[in-house]
Amino acid sequence: MSWEPKIVGFLCNWCSYRGADLAGTARMKCSPNVRTIRVMCSGRVEPTFILKAFQLGADGVLVLGCHPGDCHYTEGNYKTLRRMSLLKKMLAQLGVEEERVRLDWVSASEGDHFVSIVNDMTEKVRALGPFRQNSEEEKHG
Amino acid sequence: MAKLKLALYWAASCGGCDIATLAIGEKILKLAEAADIVFWPVAMDFKYSDVEKIPDKSIDACLFNGAIQNSEGEHIAQLLRAKSKILIAYGSCSYEGCIPGLANFFNRQMIFDRVYIETQSTDNPEKVYPQSKVLVPEGELEIPDFYDTVKTLAQTVDVDYFVPGCPPEEKTTWLALETLIEGKLPPKGAVISHSVKAVCDECPRIKKEKKVKKFYRPYEIIPDPEICLLEQGLLCYGPATRGGCGAPCPQANMPCTGCYGPVEGVVDQGAHFLTALASVIDSDDPTEIQRIINDIVDPAGTFYRYSLPDSLLRRARIK
Repeated sequence: MSWEPKIVGFLCNWCSYRGADLAGTARMKCSPNVRTIRVMCSGRVEPTFILKAFQLGADGVLVLGCHPGDCHYTEGNYKTLRRMSLLKKMLAQLGVEEERVRLDWVSASEGDHFVSIVNDMTEKVRALGPFRQNSEEEKHG
Repeated sequence: MAKLKLALYWAASCGGCDIATLAIGEKILKLAEAADIVFWPVAMDFKYSDVEKIPDKSIDACLFNGAIQNSEGEHIAQLLRAKSKILIAYGSCSYEGCIPGLANFFNRQMIFDRVYIETQSTDNPEKVYPQSKVLVPEGELEIPDFYDTVKTLAQTVDVDYFVPGCPPEEKTTWLALETLIEGKLPPKGAVISHSVKAVCDECPRIKKEKKVKKFYRPYEIIPDPEICLLEQGLLCYGPATRGGCGAPCPQANMPCTGCYGPVEGVVDQGAHFLTALASVIDSDDPTEIQRIINDIVDPAGTFYRYSLPDSLLRRARIK
């Protein structure tokens, strides 16, 4: 069986998850590679979740929140923005390619935007290949 | 009551943990009353074969410091696990990987190239690397195999307790020894320290709202001695580090660097500190956020200074 990118998507309850729902109810075509996890706010996504996803075999992690200024909790998405910017800088040092982690904003009415983000990320991660914690490195000798 | 049989060992470590065991001062007399030391390579003359000969589980407790970076460390870890009733990962190296664990940003070849070829003081035109086996007229010589990836003790063998610190503070060491002497053992897997809360809980500095527009490295500023160091823009690891040390570093005007490991319940100390740090950045503007983050020169090395092998990713990916 050929390899397919596995992407874990953390979607905020108030905007992005509804955007994804809209894409579904409108029967838009979309890559099936994103496994969605609904969170109350993108601010709930700790860097630990993202690292854990990679550890458990994800090839990419997508975090979607409300557009800046639209957060249901006023500023949760700003906190996410700060965190993700720092996380990306750290992950680069650990040899994780930039395209494997993506933060973006999708509102409840943007089903088409959701589809384009998912398709775009799937293709970028596909081009990078599997994440694979270099198993040959883990071995001794 | 029969005396406890105690073993101490060092694998990939600096020797500071062995000194830390002696830092208990006059309490060492109490220790000598309660325990016999059956194996301690740094201080007393034993051979590995002496340990191999003794029956399994005949050592009551082993304080093992140092990470596992070569075949010798791994072999002795397995040996001491078999011979000891209680195996304690003593100090940050065996608990989380610590400074030797920073080798996980590289692999064996990169480290060998640096050490045996590139360093300015090295003269090695024939590019001779260490070989694990070499034939000389007198016979075959063997040195341990150097591994690509540093492991913690618990990633190598089953560990009963953990003692944090680089090195553990005197009172933490004594707490662990007292626990053994009195036989009041905590549940398996416990981290032996006086606190389950963060270093901030023990730090006497004045803490207000944390809003930072610029981060500094310790040499760039002389911090105010009363106010929280993180609030002054220093990367103080206190919020993400287990207490029990008594916060000596912040009290000496130096930021905490995180040597006591994660607070209770946290899986990945580096990610936890990253979260704390990102939330004090005082900006909503992507460009300004990026500028503030650029002050943090080496995030991975700073966040995982003591815990890269024990982190979720365990090592950097090398292409």
